[in-house]
Amino acid sequence: MFKNILIGQYFPSKSPIHRLDARIKIIMMMAYIILVFNADKPVSLIMIAVYTLTIVIVSNIPLKLILKGFIPVIWIFIFTSIVNIFSVSGETLLSFKLFRWTLKITKEGILKSVFINTRLLLLLTGTSLLTLTTQPLMLTDGIEQLLKPLRKIKVPVHEIAMMMTIAIRFIPTLAEEAEKIKNAQLARGADFESGNIIKRAKSMLPLLVPLFISAFRRADELSTAMEARCYNGGENRTRMKQMHITLYDISAIIVFAVCSLFLLISEFVIEF
Amino acid sequence: MIRIENLSYVYQPGMPGEYRALSDINLVIPNGSLTAVIGHTGSGKSTLMQQLNGLLQPTSGKIFIDDEDITSKSADIAKIRRKVGLVFQYPEHQLFEETVYQDIAFGPKNMGLSDEEIERRVIYAASLTGIDKKYFEKSPFELSGGQKRRAAIAGILAMEPSVLVMDEPTAGLDPGGRDDILNIIKNLHKKQKEMIIIFVSHSMEEVAETAENIVVMHDGRIDMSGTAADIFRKRGRLLQIGLDIPQITKLADKLRNGGYNLPEEIYTVKAAVEAITKLSRSLPLQAEDII
Repeated sequence: MFKNILIGQYFPSKSPIHRLDARIKIIMMMAYIILVFNADKPVSLIMIAVYTLTIVIVSNIPLKLILKGFIPVIWIFIFTSIVNIFSVSGETLLSFKLFRWTLKITKEGILKSVFINTRLLLLLTGTSLLTLTTQPLMLTDGIEQLLKPLRKIKVPVHEIAMMMTIAIRFIPTLAEEAEKIKNAQLARGADFESGNIIKRAKSMLPLLVPLFISAFRRADELSTAMEARCYNGGENRTRMKQMHITLYDISAIIVFAVCSLFLLISEFVIEF
Repeated sequence: MIRIENLSYVYQPGMPGEYRALSDINLVIPNGSLTAVIGHTGSGKSTLMQQLNGLLQPTSGKIFIDDEDITSKSADIAKIRRKVGLVFQYPEHQLFEETVYQDIAFGPKNMGLSDEEIERRVIYAASLTGIDKKYFEKSPFELSGGQKRRAAIAGILAMEPSVLVMDEPTAGLDPGGRDDILNIIKNLHKKQKEMIIIFVSHSMEEVAETAENIVVMHDGRIDMSGTAADIFRKRGRLLQIGLDIPQITKLADKLRNGGYNLPEEIYTVKAAVEAITKLSRSLPLQAEDII
């Protein structure tokens, strides 16, 4: 149930993508998200898909791993598809009566749901690429560096970054814990899979209560351990590893910029 | 009776993290026996335990419980889990209900039993694990560490399994809590004549005191199995695979090497006291001589 969650996982490798500076990757990720949301023609989505696939290949991450990451969100895909297929008005392909309502499947609806799902798929792949190729620690360091200017207006940037580091760090731990508790409750005859939605939500209680308790216990232990090592926030804190922009990063920026430009131009030129 | 035939288990087969946890396990555990499984961390003990109630399916090989193949595709997993009670490591982490009573009743409730039957079972399981009725309406999170563990074990016992599997039931407990758990195991063994009890342990003392049969695991294989006497006789092999012998056995060995005529089969403090008392009657032995 929890093994396939991809966000927050790191896949170790020495690919060029892995070696990029975290700050650059975060900025490019944001640009990527804007590009995906801006793309309102099939051609641009196809181009983004090709770019994304190229990055996946260059980053050495097995495609199987990415595909597995889609499994937990498959319900979101199905849900958006159904909503769009029935709710978008246009050329009716099929209509039928369900109880009192007349449901219509439209051509535009199908196109729209394909479109939105592709978008979701790309967003998911892109964002998981960031975490898959960047060590969580590097990632939060990058965020901290990027948010540094906000310190001037008294935003506790270091503390926020530390909270994120800890949260990301504990995703796999909690997932493992959830798996263990799930097994223990299965051994007591718990049933997580059958029944209607209310019954199923209720049946999650034996899983969620122990999981919350263990999360609180861990938080407590961790804060004690940090206190014991005299941790007191970001004031005057130096880092062991400084971040540097290298030639790699500059070339990555150039490639990204060229690709984006190409995308924007083709959106104007190509008419579908 | 549990019969394990040529069982192997591989974690993540075909993936980069492929890991062979169990290979070629053959084991027969008769009804009414009390078996301890010992071995190092990573020797495959826990993996083996999880095969016994169908949480993990073996990569190859078969497990029969009362001549029913629980590894076949047609096996009824729900029925197997009712039959084989599995107590995980740190079972107190699975407590979740509002009251101790409700938590113990969770298993029987899932079995669809009547309220009277559930109540009977909860009271019985609580008495087996020494949980007083006055705790029934308390939150399980108000209990002490040892009590929590016993409440969690009661939750499994209330399902009245015919096989009880416990993965390191004494881990992380203080000596008092540890003795409580071991006494529960011994008591169960005495009271439930047909129940198969299997427990995993790291401590040689625990195993020597409690178990009738011992299975020693090493590198995913069964290194040896037999009665406590059979196993501890092979001291050399135990030490070779990085396991230990009970401290009292070491003491008895030292005394014997020092010229005292003690038998080799001393594995518990009780046996040692008896042997030394017997010896001291036949010898004009002074307490200082032993030390």
